[in-house]
Amino acid sequence: MSDLGPVVPLRFDLSDLVRKSVATLYSHLVTRPTGQALRLGIESQITELGAVCLTVLDFSEVVVLDYSCAEETIAKLIQRFQREDRPTEAFFIVRGIDDRHRETIEAVLGRQGLAIAAEPADGRATVIGQVSEREMAAWQALEELGRAQVPAIAAKLGAADADVEEVLEELARRRVVARMATPRTYFALRPLLTPG
Amino acid sequence: MNVIAVPATLDDRSFDQMLAALHRGDPKGGAGEAAGRVLVDARKLRWVDPYGMLGLLAIGAVAARGGEKPRFQIPESADVVSYLARMAFFDHAAEVYDIHGGSRRAGDSGSEVLLEITPVQSHMDVHRIVDRVNERALAILTKQLDYPLKEAFQFSVMLSEVCQNIIDHAEAGGWVATQTYNWSRRLGRKVVSIAVMDLGIGFYGSLASEHAARYGDRWSHASALEAAFIHGLTRFHDPGRGQGLQQIRKQVGRWNGKISIRSGTARIADVPAWDDAPPLEEDLPRFPGAQIAIIIPSRMTEEDAKSPTSRAAAPVGKGGTR
Repeated sequence: MSDLGPVVPLRFDLSDLVRKSVATLYSHLVTRPTGQALRLGIESQITELGAVCLTVLDFSEVVVLDYSCAEETIAKLIQRFQREDRPTEAFFIVRGIDDRHRETIEAVLGRQGLAIAAEPADGRATVIGQVSEREMAAWQALEELGRAQVPAIAAKLGAADADVEEVLEELARRRVVARMATPRTYFALRPLLTPG
Repeated sequence: MNVIAVPATLDDRSFDQMLAALHRGDPKGGAGEAAGRVLVDARKLRWVDPYGMLGLLAIGAVAARGGEKPRFQIPESADVVSYLARMAFFDHAAEVYDIHGGSRRAGDSGSEVLLEITPVQSHMDVHRIVDRVNERALAILTKQLDYPLKEAFQFSVMLSEVCQNIIDHAEAGGWVATQTYNWSRRLGRKVVSIAVMDLGIGFYGSLASEHAARYGDRWSHASALEAAFIHGLTRFHDPGRGQGLQQIRKQVGRWNGKISIRSGTARIADVPAWDDAPPLEEDLPRFPGAQIAIIIPSRMTEEDAKSPTSRAAAPVGKGGTR
């Protein structure tokens, strides 16, 4: 629980999901129709919840992820929940990514100016996709603080409040941090997965 | 009878010799559909790669459009016949050709089949292909071609994307085949070769409705290939589309490999230093669909790439393809 209200964590093991929703026999995340099926399955569960939702996309068991599937699953999912007409508030974290997946995800997100919070297999949290140095610095500062208002993050970065606020607003718009309107507070996503 | 003599060495370059012969027999000036009864004479064939093999199937399929099933005279070389058999060539050729000649039995040889000739008609075919190839490809790329595991994973991604190119753009089925062999004469090292072919609408047909008007008089098979290959354009409005081919080029370039795409009357290629193909060829004999060749050599050290006396490739792609 946080001041954002109840945040419902949802976890999708994508390797398992592809077997259930696309093809029992095949476990690789390849082709656009596969990506579409995964995305629609994830989207419908998020929409059904109707609450603020933090979705973990777990790639730990995924061996092959091609560009078409990654674009259909991850990029379009982020785009859907960036739009004003999104069905509910949802944020995303990719988990368990390693060398097999990272470059592919970076490429498909980078191409469309998107980004996503990531917990790589080696455990060091980061943002992948298109992210500037300023955005990465602000995101990391917030990640260390867990939740904070602009002055605290600006102090940590040694930057002007107005500049930091601009960056944080952009990160919130891109769904890589969560934001509470009053008082204006920003939340790193990973701590929201921990109850309490 | 229109006789097409198969060259002794059949790959992406010599394929055009057969097309020229097919055209000569077509009085309507088409791609060979009206060439009459065709005999594809492969008796002198001594070496063929996956591209050449798929090319034989493609030529047969086009010649058959005229109404008469073409004839195929099988090679005299037992090694070539054995290799063709192991690549399942005769299984597919029987649907296209009347086959004449001796034994078609498979045997051992120095080449390793990674994926025998496999039809690609749906996205489920792509799943099957990746499932079948992934582990073998990882083993070959890491143990025989010396690539680190993290790079070897990209092979299946590349194969998946290149096969999807058929389904998404050709409006027709196609074939894929891939094999590893020791390319001692040409490059002095092992390579993996991937060939993908279809007989669909080609890049010109696929892109025309969206992009031809903008090109005006310059719209051609070559400009369609440039639009897709260099600029990543597709017929779809979705900005997420078109990156498969771009990522394949990037990966092939990293591996000092070669990729060429022939479509219609043109061929475009990213050409490494070890090859002498031109980056763009026009006015080739017209042929339907798209024919893609990818060759990945075993890993080259920086020393290999820098040595002026070696036939190693230099990095490609930094200055585009022209």
